[in-house]
Amino acid sequence: MAQEALEAAGSYPEIDAFYDSLPDKNGALIPVLHKAQEVYGYLPKDVQLYIARKLEIPASKVFGVATFYSLFNLEKKGDYRVNVCLGTACFVRGSEGVLAEFEKELGVARTETTSDGTFTIGSIRCVGACGLAPVVMVNDKVYGRVTPDDVKHIVDEYLGKGGE
Amino acid sequence: MVTVTINSIETQVPEGTTILEAAKSLGIHIPTLCHLDLHDIKMVNQVGTCRVCMVDVEGRRNLIPACSTLVAPNMKISTNTLRAIRARRAIVELLLSSHPRECLTCERNQNCELQSLAAELGIREIRFKGPRLHAEKDTSSYSIVRNKEKCVLCRRCETMCNEVQTVGVYSAINRGIETVIAPAFDLPMIETSCTFCGQCVSVCPTGALTETDDTQDVWSALANPDLYVIAQTAPAVRVALGESFGYPVGTQVTGKMAASLKKLGFDKVLDTDFAADLTILEEASEFLHRVQHGGRLPILTSCCPAWVKFFEHSFPDLLDIPSTCKSPHEMFGAVAKTYLAKKLGIDPKKIVIVSIMPCLAKKFEAKREELSQTDVGRDVDFVLSTRELARMIREAGISFETLPDEEFDDVMGESTGAAVIFGTSGGVIEAVVRTAAVWLDKDNPNPEIDFHQLRGMQGIREAEVNIGGTEIKIAIANGLGNARRLLEDIRSGKANYHAIEIMACPSGCVGGGGQPYHGNDIEVLRKRASALYKEDSEKQVRRSHENLQVKALYDEFLGELYGEKAHDLLHTHYVKREIL
Repeated sequence: MAQEALEAAGSYPEIDAFYDSLPDKNGALIPVLHKAQEVYGYLPKDVQLYIARKLEIPASKVFGVATFYSLFNLEKKGDYRVNVCLGTACFVRGSEGVLAEFEKELGVARTETTSDGTFTIGSIRCVGACGLAPVVMVNDKVYGRVTPDDVKHIVDEYLGKGGE
Repeated sequence: MVTVTINSIETQVPEGTTILEAAKSLGIHIPTLCHLDLHDIKMVNQVGTCRVCMVDVEGRRNLIPACSTLVAPNMKISTNTLRAIRARRAIVELLLSSHPRECLTCERNQNCELQSLAAELGIREIRFKGPRLHAEKDTSSYSIVRNKEKCVLCRRCETMCNEVQTVGVYSAINRGIETVIAPAFDLPMIETSCTFCGQCVSVCPTGALTETDDTQDVWSALANPDLYVIAQTAPAVRVALGESFGYPVGTQVTGKMAASLKKLGFDKVLDTDFAADLTILEEASEFLHRVQHGGRLPILTSCCPAWVKFFEHSFPDLLDIPSTCKSPHEMFGAVAKTYLAKKLGIDPKKIVIVSIMPCLAKKFEAKREELSQTDVGRDVDFVLSTRELARMIREAGISFETLPDEEFDDVMGESTGAAVIFGTSGGVIEAVVRTAAVWLDKDNPNPEIDFHQLRGMQGIREAEVNIGGTEIKIAIANGLGNARRLLEDIRSGKANYHAIEIMACPSGCVGGGGQPYHGNDIEVLRKRASALYKEDSEKQVRRSHENLQVKALYDEFLGELYGEKAHDLLHTHYVKREIL
């Protein structure tokens, strides 16, 4: 691959350093995508293109893998990722109603981000805390036995806090 | 050898044989859809995605896919147990449940592997109501139309594009019911590094990938009395067109092709082969010029537009090695709108050039800005594939089979045997060598004409040709993956040749993306190539520089070989492109 093409794709020193540190370059794609998401929060098109050129694989392949695994984000997420558990235990205890309340409170549908970039609403499947069902996670913090009435309090807790 | 039993018949097959192949060796047919084995061109799609070939194996709880499972010692296989039959039907019904059943208006009607499969299994009702993908057609390119709704996710296009052609445009994106085969970032085809070789179209089992249809524009031009519409036909078309009308593979239908084009109403029916002879003169002169002036070697042929786009994307650092010659049909257009226009006394703006090509990349090529002249417009106005021409002949109600043979029209209709073999891998370079052998070895009273060492189907070939005591090292590649390997060796300095011929499609233009579907049989391409060599051997004149009409073109109009006017009309330049 021409060095020229790689340079044209931009400069991502974190990706370079991580890739160089990998003892085995075979099967590097998924670890590199993980790293990129950790650094940039999501996988912008330019980053995917850069990775394709760095790893000398077609960009279509990178995009294929990035769209296959649900844990890779192709769009920028909010500062606070609200994830409502829709696993069996949480679901039967009414988590769907909690999720609907978040959508109402924040004015965006699930998988979407508020226009000010503060919140992204999503769902997850079982975090292993079924005793606390229904469970909501905001970034890494876990809330248990959440009812629709609690939603406003949780949102307020983060409002005005700004980015982490 | 491994002993297996299929449908109670015991047989021995080599280790590493699939159940499908073992069954075939016994004459037992197992239906398939995604599977495609064209091992001659290293195209083996064995992904087992469609599950149509499921069979019962004694001792195995589940049905297993015959196409991607290797035989094991003493395996007992049954292809037609009730369970296997029911599963197969259910799978085909499921495939059909999410397929737009528009067979009546589909381009692949009566030529579709999914349709044939449904017929073969006698599917009469579809019990399932599945969700159906709704997606816009991608008509962004001038060559290939993608209709995701008709895709059965067989992955043949992906295998062809990524593994054989090494272009890597397609990948499966998303997952589950939302899976589609698409370029990176779901980009429109025109924004990708697709070369438009059309090999994905050649292997697509359904109407998910088809050519851009230009027939309506051509009908309009033909019906317009103010326009002077000229047809030119590529060499590979004349040995494949007959297949669309029931002729045996490898039948030359040159005379009937010319006759039917006249019936369609073209004002002149001429031959791209004329321009192939012209290309040889320019390319051979360019080669000698490089040799004499210390120019860059090797020289690479530039007749193949998919190859041209491929090197613009993948080898932007080597743009100075391909010949600057335009491809023959573009040369033809440039000359027709100047020289011929003057000869006929027709305003070049009223001339419409329609190229009949075995190729889809030619459609894109014709739209390249640099292949036009100020005040005259594009060198070539429309490109029709062999398949599109067959459709127009049928639509016009022309009885192809009973049509008496006709000749091409005069001026730019004459060609030599050297031009005819342009349509197959090795043919262009053989044509160059035929002329070079005369030019470089003036004292030889009996120069060679058949260079068998340059013929064949292998993806990469090398040969040395001795001309008047000079060894000329030649390489030939067909298929873009093979071309890439050759170019990488040149870039790294590992390989050293004087001249290289490259064609993007396996076995050259006879296997072009616009040819009648080969039905997954590579033997078809071989027979078409043999037909070209046969036509060549029957020609009176077999060296490009002996084409009297080409000679007259230089005498009356172009002047010097590789001279100023020739540069102006017959040569082009290349651009760097990104990989996407």
